[in-house]
Amino acid sequence: MTETEYRAAFVEELVRVAPDIEPDSVGDADHIQGDLELDSMDVLNLVLALHTRFGVDIPESDYPKIATAALAAEYLASHAGQGA
Amino acid sequence: MGVFEMPSLGADMEAGTLVEWLIGPGDTVNRGDVVAVVETQKGAIEIETFEAGIVQELLAELGRELPVGSPLAVILAEGEVPPDSAAPKPAPAAAPPTPEPATAAEPAKEPIAPASVPAEEMPSGTVAISPAARLRARELGLDLSSVTGSFPGGAIVLKDVDAASGAAAPAPPKRKTNPMEEMRKAIAAAMTRSKRTIPHLYLSETIDVEPAIRFLEARNADAAPTERILLGAVFIRAATLAAAEVKEMNGRYLEDQRFVPATQVNPGVAIALRGGGLVAPALIDAVPMSLEETMAGMRDLVFRARAGRLRSSETTQGTITISSLGETGAEAMTGVIFPPQVALVGIGSPNKRPWVVDGQVVPRTVVTLTISADHRVSDGRQVARFISVFEKLMKTPEEL
Repeated sequence: MTETEYRAAFVEELVRVAPDIEPDSVGDADHIQGDLELDSMDVLNLVLALHTRFGVDIPESDYPKIATAALAAEYLASHAGQGA
Repeated sequence: MGVFEMPSLGADMEAGTLVEWLIGPGDTVNRGDVVAVVETQKGAIEIETFEAGIVQELLAELGRELPVGSPLAVILAEGEVPPDSAAPKPAPAAAPPTPEPATAAEPAKEPIAPASVPAEEMPSGTVAISPAARLRARELGLDLSSVTGSFPGGAIVLKDVDAASGAAAPAPPKRKTNPMEEMRKAIAAAMTRSKRTIPHLYLSETIDVEPAIRFLEARNADAAPTERILLGAVFIRAATLAAAEVKEMNGRYLEDQRFVPATQVNPGVAIALRGGGLVAPALIDAVPMSLEETMAGMRDLVFRARAGRLRSSETTQGTITISSLGETGAEAMTGVIFPPQVALVGIGSPNKRPWVVDGQVVPRTVVTLTISADHRVSDGRQVARFISVFEKLMKTPEEL
C-alpha cells in the first residue's frame, strides 16, 4: 500500500468513528482532537480500528504520530505489515 | 395482570413514539428484558420490563406517539389467567393514560390530556387499519385492499403496508421537528427546572492527577487497545466510591420535598454527542465494579449513546452525574444538577501547572474538580468530604 492509500484508509476509519465528519473535508494537517474534535474515547476507538485493520499496535506514546491524516499515513506506511 | 405502560424516560418526557417491538404474544419475558424501542427527544431508548411473565397481547402499534402512561402491552405473571380472554381489548387510544403527578414547581403545566391522542377510528370496511398504516399507504399511493393484516385480529398495521410496498424495513417514524431541536428542548426543560428549583451550592478543589496519569501510562503501555483505560474511567470510579461514602450526594430529591438516598451508586456519565447535544446515561450499580469494568461500562455507554441505543433504566436511574470536559476542554466547569439528582461532579481538563510537592515547585498535571450540590440536602461539610475522598483516591489509583 502507498501512503496515499493509507491516508484514505485512515480517513475511512476516522469517519466511521465520527460519522458527521465529511471525508473530503479532512485536511492533511487537521488535528484529530484539536480540529476534528475527537474525544479520548473516539481516539481509542480509532486506534482500535487501525489495529484491527492493519495489525498495527499503536501504543499511547505514539498517539501524537497519528494526530493528523498526513502523520498517520506516514506512520501506518512505516509500521503496517511489519508484524508489529 | 400487568399492563406495561409507556414509561417516563426523563423528568420532562411527556410522550414517546413506539418504533420497535422486540416481543410478541406468547413470549416469556424476564425482569430487565428489553421489550421495545421508543423514540424520545433524546433519541431511541430501549425499554425494559420490570415484570416477568408471558406476553398476552400487544396493545400499542408501531409509529405512534403515545403519552407517558399509555398501555403498551399486557404481560401476565406465570400461571395467571387473562381476566376476560373472550372480550377483545380496547383499542390502545381508548384507555386513558395515567399522567405523571404534576410537579409542585410547575402548577401551570398542562396535564397530559388523553385527548391529545386521537381516538382510534375504525374504518367502515371489515378490516381494521391503523392510522399510521393508512397514512403510510396514502403516502405510498398503495391500495389497502391488496394488503394482508398481521396484527392480532387481522388488522393492517404499519409494517404490513411497508411489506406490501416492498420496503425492506419499516422506515423510522416521521419526526415533527428535527432531532437536534427536540434534544435542545429536553435539555432546556431539565436545566430550567434545575435552576428554578434547586438551590445550588458549589465547592472546588484543584487536584494533582500525576499519580493517576503515571499509573495509567504504566498499565496501558503493554495493553492492547481494547484493554486500555482512560483517565475518564478513573474519574468515574473515584466519584462512584466517593458517592458511596457521602450519602447526601447520591440519590434523588422527590416532589414531596424529601431526599431519598440511593442504595446503590448509578453514576450518570455526561456524554457529548457529536453534532451537539448531551445525554447522561447511568452506569448501573457501579460500586462493585473494578476499574476495568468501569472502563468497559463507560465505553459501552458512549458507544450506545452515540448509536442512539440507550436503555430505559440508564436514562432514569442515575443517582449522581459526572461531567468530564476531556483532554482539550476548559480548565473548570460549574455544572447544573440533573434533577431529581442532588449532585453533579464537574471535572475540568488536565493541565500542566507549577505545583508544590514536598516543599519544591514542580510541574504537575492537575485537574479542577467542582461539585455542584443541592443545598436542600447537603451543606459545605458533606461536599468537602466528597472532595476529600475523591482526592485521596486519585493519589492511590491502584486502590481503585
